[in-house]
Amino acid sequence: MVMSKSLVVVDGIKKTFPIDSGLLSSKKSVKAVNHVSFDIKEGETFSLVGESGCGKSTTGRLVTRLLMPDEGKIWINGEEISKMNETKLREVRKQVQMVFQDPYASLNPRMKIRDVVAEPLLIHTKLSAQERDRIVAEMLEVVGLSSYHAEKFAHEFSGGQRQRIGIARALILKPKLIVADEPVSALDVSIQSQILNLLKDLQEEFHLTYLFISHDLSVVEHISDKIGVMYLGSLVESGPKEMIFANPRHPYTKALLSSVPIPDPRAKRERIILQGDVPSPVNPPSGCLFHTRCPFVMDICKSTPPALREAADRDHFVACHL
Amino acid sequence: MEVVKEIGHSAVVPTEKKSRAREFWKKWKKQKTAFWAGFFILFLFVIALFGPWIAPYDPYEPNYDVTLQTPSMEYWAGTDEYGRDILSRIIVGTGISLGVSFSSVLVGAVVGTILGLISGYYGGWMDRLIMRWSDVMFAFPDLLLAIAIVAILGPGLTNVVVAVAVFSIPSFARLIRGNTLAAKEAVFVEAARSMGAKSSRIIFRHIFPETVSSMIVFFSMRIGTSILAASSLSFLGLGAAPESPDWGAMLSMGRDYLATSPHVVIIPGIAIFLTVLAFNLVGDGLRDILDPKTKN
Repeated sequence: MVMSKSLVVVDGIKKTFPIDSGLLSSKKSVKAVNHVSFDIKEGETFSLVGESGCGKSTTGRLVTRLLMPDEGKIWINGEEISKMNETKLREVRKQVQMVFQDPYASLNPRMKIRDVVAEPLLIHTKLSAQERDRIVAEMLEVVGLSSYHAEKFAHEFSGGQRQRIGIARALILKPKLIVADEPVSALDVSIQSQILNLLKDLQEEFHLTYLFISHDLSVVEHISDKIGVMYLGSLVESGPKEMIFANPRHPYTKALLSSVPIPDPRAKRERIILQGDVPSPVNPPSGCLFHTRCPFVMDICKSTPPALREAADRDHFVACHL
Repeated sequence: MEVVKEIGHSAVVPTEKKSRAREFWKKWKKQKTAFWAGFFILFLFVIALFGPWIAPYDPYEPNYDVTLQTPSMEYWAGTDEYGRDILSRIIVGTGISLGVSFSSVLVGAVVGTILGLISGYYGGWMDRLIMRWSDVMFAFPDLLLAIAIVAILGPGLTNVVVAVAVFSIPSFARLIRGNTLAAKEAVFVEAARSMGAKSSRIIFRHIFPETVSSMIVFFSMRIGTSILAASSLSFLGLGAAPESPDWGAMLSMGRDYLATSPHVVIIPGIAIFLTVLAFNLVGDGLRDILDPKTKN
């Protein structure tokens, strides 16, 4: 692959949510995202994986600045957005669009598809109604729908078709970055692969960069160039897809990979089954966040949090004492 | 541009065009009581519009030969103490009652909705200010508040409209604020924000439409309340002038003859009762159709 410049650079972002637990009890907070750093090169797909509640969606919302990070910096195409005001942010948002998990909820049920897909154009351009209609029709064709679908409402479509509409809307401004937050997890397995293929084709055609968020490693394997594994708000391992899948370093990644079903009932393999639940992010464990469930736990893990460092192979980072 | 050729979605796609209006009409016909109450209201509107031409007698002209007549073939609803035909006065009064209540609730709804949207969407100190002000307004009994306002502004129908509108505002504001808070969390609102939509666009295009149906329901319910309030103010001598055929004023004038000629009071009373009932029934019916929380 040709070395290209980084489109997204995330440096040590932190986000905590306060929880109000009543009048008399003390204020607590959830560390949803804790010192997460990564960068995404132009034209690349970076996937964030982890179980629910690990902060991957929050990270996506921080990158699109739907949420404001408490600490850390985010550059998109060279512009630092973590403290940017709304007016300037609007310009950046032309280049960053989102695809949401729930294709039923992310399209306004009261609007015709034409207006749904054209909304980014209305916000950011001064095109005439005819020009908008033409672009919408073109975009619907690009995502595999037909131009006559523009006159319909969202409830008249199936889940897969709605997600195509969501993708058309995200693409209509020709953005550079698409943040896709679990774009296929609400869909049928048979539809999932269609949408993933569509996303891949579109990436080539429009030279898109993806931040892809998913809990499903088999989905991620299909689409990513690089993968970041999150656990309790922290990045525990990141690196090129091949390395993560062939040579996972972190025990949590190993456990995740061993949970991916293999479509062969006779296949034998070692399953790593984690004991216990994910600790509460309100009260995270000391030292390494994973030590309460780690099968290879050592004494040092309980006291000292491991830093993310480069493993033996290049570009492969892991936060583990092992 | 290359077209991605594959749409093998297995799910069945409903293609028939179901317009919202037609669906509404289908459900509305099933609401038997509200359906007929709606007809009655339509009938009242016709009377309100054409009242002066329908009325068999002049509602203002006294005729001292026929004072306090009981209902007869000549005067279907009898006459009052000045010999004016009560039916004619009720007919002409319909316009006053509907006009006062509609305009006051409309003002209350518009102002209340704007306040509610601001309060719910922006939150923070604006929310606190608007909601605390509403709490203060709620602390007064509705009618007492209206009386206080009319007492300050002086009697007259315009001031009744103002008074009834003012006590409608906080109810609308609170209702719309609640809907706004719910709508604000919708994913399509988040989607609009991620596209870079301005607050004004999000409020008018995405949030306001979500609040309309409960506003319509509350509007129709509120009409009944405001007819009662306006009549009460007129009854107390704070609203319509005593000689005007306002239903509340008629009640007020007739109460001296309650023992001897009860029809002078009963007939405007029935008019108020039926109108308020009809609006409340329509409101109930609309709520059943439009409010997704009370499905079936």
